[in-house]
Amino acid sequence: MSDVIIAEGVSKSYRLGEQTTAYNLLRERIVQAFKTPFARQQPVNQFWALKDVSFTVSSAEVVGLIGKNGAGKSTLLKILSRITEPAEGRIDLHGKVSSLLEVGIGFHPELSGRENVYLNGAILGMSRREIRRKFDEIVEFAEISKFLDTPVKRYSSGMYVRLAFAVAAHLEPDILIVDEVLAVGDSAFQQKCLGKMRDIRSEGRTVIVVSHNMATVSSLCQRVIWLADGKVKAAGDAQAIIRQYLSEGVKNDFVWTPRHGILSAFEYHSVSIESGSASGGGEGFPANAPIDVVFDISIHDKFPAGRIEMRLQTDSGDLLLTSTSADATSQANHEWKRGRQQFRCRIPADFLMPGRYFITITEPYGSYDIVRENVLTFSVTEEGSLSARDQRGGKIAPRLQWTLTGT
Amino acid sequence: MHTIIKPRRGLARLNLAEVWQARELLGFLAWRDITVRYKQTSIGVLWAFIRPFLTMVIFSFVFGRIAKLPSDHVPYAVLTFTALLPWQFFATAFAEAANAVVGNGYMITKIYFPRLILPMASIAVGIVDFLVSFVILIFMMIGYRMLPTWRVLALPLFFALCLVFTIGLGLWTSSLYVKYRDMRHLIPFVTQFGMYVSPVAFSSSIVPAKWRFLYSLNPMVVVIDGFRWSLLGTTQLYVPGVVAGTVTSIMLLVTGVYYFKQTERVFADVM
Repeated sequence: MSDVIIAEGVSKSYRLGEQTTAYNLLRERIVQAFKTPFARQQPVNQFWALKDVSFTVSSAEVVGLIGKNGAGKSTLLKILSRITEPAEGRIDLHGKVSSLLEVGIGFHPELSGRENVYLNGAILGMSRREIRRKFDEIVEFAEISKFLDTPVKRYSSGMYVRLAFAVAAHLEPDILIVDEVLAVGDSAFQQKCLGKMRDIRSEGRTVIVVSHNMATVSSLCQRVIWLADGKVKAAGDAQAIIRQYLSEGVKNDFVWTPRHGILSAFEYHSVSIESGSASGGGEGFPANAPIDVVFDISIHDKFPAGRIEMRLQTDSGDLLLTSTSADATSQANHEWKRGRQQFRCRIPADFLMPGRYFITITEPYGSYDIVRENVLTFSVTEEGSLSARDQRGGKIAPRLQWTLTGT
Repeated sequence: MHTIIKPRRGLARLNLAEVWQARELLGFLAWRDITVRYKQTSIGVLWAFIRPFLTMVIFSFVFGRIAKLPSDHVPYAVLTFTALLPWQFFATAFAEAANAVVGNGYMITKIYFPRLILPMASIAVGIVDFLVSFVILIFMMIGYRMLPTWRVLALPLFFALCLVFTIGLGLWTSSLYVKYRDMRHLIPFVTQFGMYVSPVAFSSSIVPAKWRFLYSLNPMVVVIDGFRWSLLGTTQLYVPGVVAGTVTSIMLLVTGVYYFKQTERVFADVM
């Protein structure tokens, strides 16, 4: 087997200082040029998203790219896809490359399914002839033949995703780069997509896939590259690396205390997660016990009616739910009482899927809210019947009431 | 096929072959923009005719009847329309091209394709609009019983000049726009203010002779005069002006392509 991807010392840095403003103002640059005409712009604060990453991938190999959020997976994918340039290093790719960082790029809501297949196919690098040849196959795979001439804005989200994936699935690259796109559609369609991925491998194509779902990675990939803090932490046999990755565990943050001092009459002392069961904490919270998020606050002065919002996100970035302190009142906002107080928000037992979660909260600030992103992190673990919840599919795993009648 | 990814140093390579290979995508993007424009409209493509026609009617009324500007012995409607043709092309194609990179930012951060395709597709849309308007002009000239002379053969050259200028300015603006969002305010300014300084609603014969050369540094002056000269035979062709406008446009195009290629590698990072 020959190496089709050879990466040597790939690095990528971003400037942190400049990114505080979303974009530059021309005026600032001109004023700056007059003030210090000969000074070269020095990056204020350099952040290495990738540092000296080297690896090789042989032909017909399916390689998984794993790592925590911010480990550099997306950056590496973007460099491999030629969306962005590395700062240092070199990558050799032998063969036709297709990258799928998202399905349905270029889909236009006003255009029909048929029109979007052609447009999206062209964006993915297919020729008109190639698309025409595969058109029927694509439509059949997506199961939308009845709605072919309906604008996609009228599609259900499931249909939309199926069509988008169907186009992507009919690419015939030598090297395919995929980012988490498998996490779409219902579970039957996901199975179909996984099957398609295996076909791609058996056709002798090379695949690099990024996923947070270790079950997917271990079933698809022979080999895994584990990125941590922009470096290759380990690479090798998929099962062994995944075990190592999972056992290392992820650091959880159960308590947040603001570092910014008091901004208004509203003060956060802390926001913390408490388990309803005695065993919660260190390793994660058991799925069968409630989890409490406790907001310890003080209201120092008269403060306009408002609310605290809590957003729960999965570690793939999906917003799972938003809950507010006004939910108890059935109003959008509520009045505040003066003094120190605690709001307690209970996430019921048997509700969350095992996995890792992030909590984003808001801080009321007069007439609007300040958003504090991902201040808390915690894991939910399955105890006892390990396979039950994980394997069900879906975003949440509540225990619903089942009753039996008629016997 | 062998691709090498490494940091680019020095002057950008043009790699126009890559753009040529992606010409089908260019066509698809232009086709998308045209199709989407007339989706869910009741009269559809008719809008392509109505818009330039109404502008022409208003212009000839305001400037010909109310302001009574000289019409160089041709119907004022024809005088304005021959100028509106290249001007409308410039104004819409430039505005669209300038916005092409930022407007398609979501694609740039998700997939690779030759970035030059984006502003070029906008220009292609403009060309289609231009051809539609041109049909109206033909009907107008038949209606007024005006026959073009051999000079009409020079028309494609003046349109080519217009094209060079529009692409050049569009490339500069679209790549600057990625980093400097000031362009959002500058683009409508160029298309609005530009119309008053270019001889769209009036004949350039009202500009004093001593300012003629300076005035021709604006390539659109040369283009519009060229259109009138080749279609109506009214305006005298001012040769130093033609040279000045052509040189300006070509310089703009060459530097524009290089600036675009030079900056495109950071598009996804600063977007």
